[in-house]
Amino acid sequence: MIFLELFLTFFKIGLFTFGGGYAMLPLIQEEVLTRGWLEMADLINFIAVSESTPGPFAVNCATYIGSELGGAYGIIGSIFGAACATLGVVLPSFIVILIVAKCYDKFKENRIVKGCMSGLKPAVVGLIGSATVGIAATVFIPNGRTVTIFSEVQTYVSLAIFAVCTVLAFKKAHPILIVCLAAACGIACGYLL
Amino acid sequence: MKEKFRQLLALFWTFFKIGAFTFGGGYAMIPLIQRETVEKKHWITDDDTLEIFAIAESTPGPVAVNAATFVGYRTAGFWGSFFATLGVVLPSFLIILAISFILNEFQDFPVVQYAFNGIRAGVLALLIKALWTMYKKSPKGAAAYIVMGGSFVLTALLDVPVLAVIIGCAVFGLITSCIAERRHKA
Repeated sequence: MIFLELFLTFFKIGLFTFGGGYAMLPLIQEEVLTRGWLEMADLINFIAVSESTPGPFAVNCATYIGSELGGAYGIIGSIFGAACATLGVVLPSFIVILIVAKCYDKFKENRIVKGCMSGLKPAVVGLIGSATVGIAATVFIPNGRTVTIFSEVQTYVSLAIFAVCTVLAFKKAHPILIVCLAAACGIACGYLL
Repeated sequence: MKEKFRQLLALFWTFFKIGAFTFGGGYAMIPLIQRETVEKKHWITDDDTLEIFAIAESTPGPVAVNAATFVGYRTAGFWGSFFATLGVVLPSFLIILAISFILNEFQDFPVVQYAFNGIRAGVLALLIKALWTMYKKSPKGAAAYIVMGGSFVLTALLDVPVLAVIIGCAVFGLITSCIAERRHKA
């Protein structure tokens, strides 16, 4: 049953990822790729969509994947799938925060929580680093359908776009600006080369 | 009763706005949450917001959802947290649902494929930036560097499941902090 699987998978993702932003990326990437729900290129495309729309990455991602997979059962299935995945990713935080809000003072100074966090914070850095390497491989050494469009020229084009965008990102350019610029470069190269 | 209902509606609407206008999620929301819930509505104090983000960081899930649940609970109990969380999630849910329909219609057009070929390189740049920000916020020191390098090698090169690494690192952090504490006492 795909809807139950969506709910349970995103519940697991919601329960085991700490810290904001891309902390969920490594686990989402692993779950989604090993289950064959999305291809790597689709996932990277979706990161761009998520950066250009409001809301947390994890919620956006759950809604999108739920909608894509439920889509096999029509529009109603698509909406229901999105609802199952989104509920799954939100529910663990909701329950945990309700518990913490009730016994906040005990939680705040808890040594066990502090100890675990001292291991989790650097772990997230290593895990996102590892996810980024996988994504870099897909970007610079395109396989499957991208190769038919661009061939190896794509590697050099991607390197150039990546270099410019990295400089812009560190100069605090807005992510939407970076996505738009990268899209414009991609379109220009697609038609010119 | 009517007063309570109005408060729940206000919570829902405030967090709906917060959800609809923060791009990039999590930490981008902090100033907006502060303005809406502390300065405008006086639901919580400035000190509360600091605590909320400290909690949001050490509990699972997206920071925005954690913050909404916490503020909602402080303001109006369980139903407060329910409506605040619903409010913060609903904008992304509706927008992404619409996008998933649109994307399916257009993704086979060459111009869209070319655009995404470029965009993927841009996304990599955004991830590198996010990685740098995470690194700066992470604790430093020998134990932290071991965890960073270890979790990288285990997942990137040895294909150990991410979940196992997350749990392992939490346990490792717990053990090292206990040892450090004991040494400190001695």
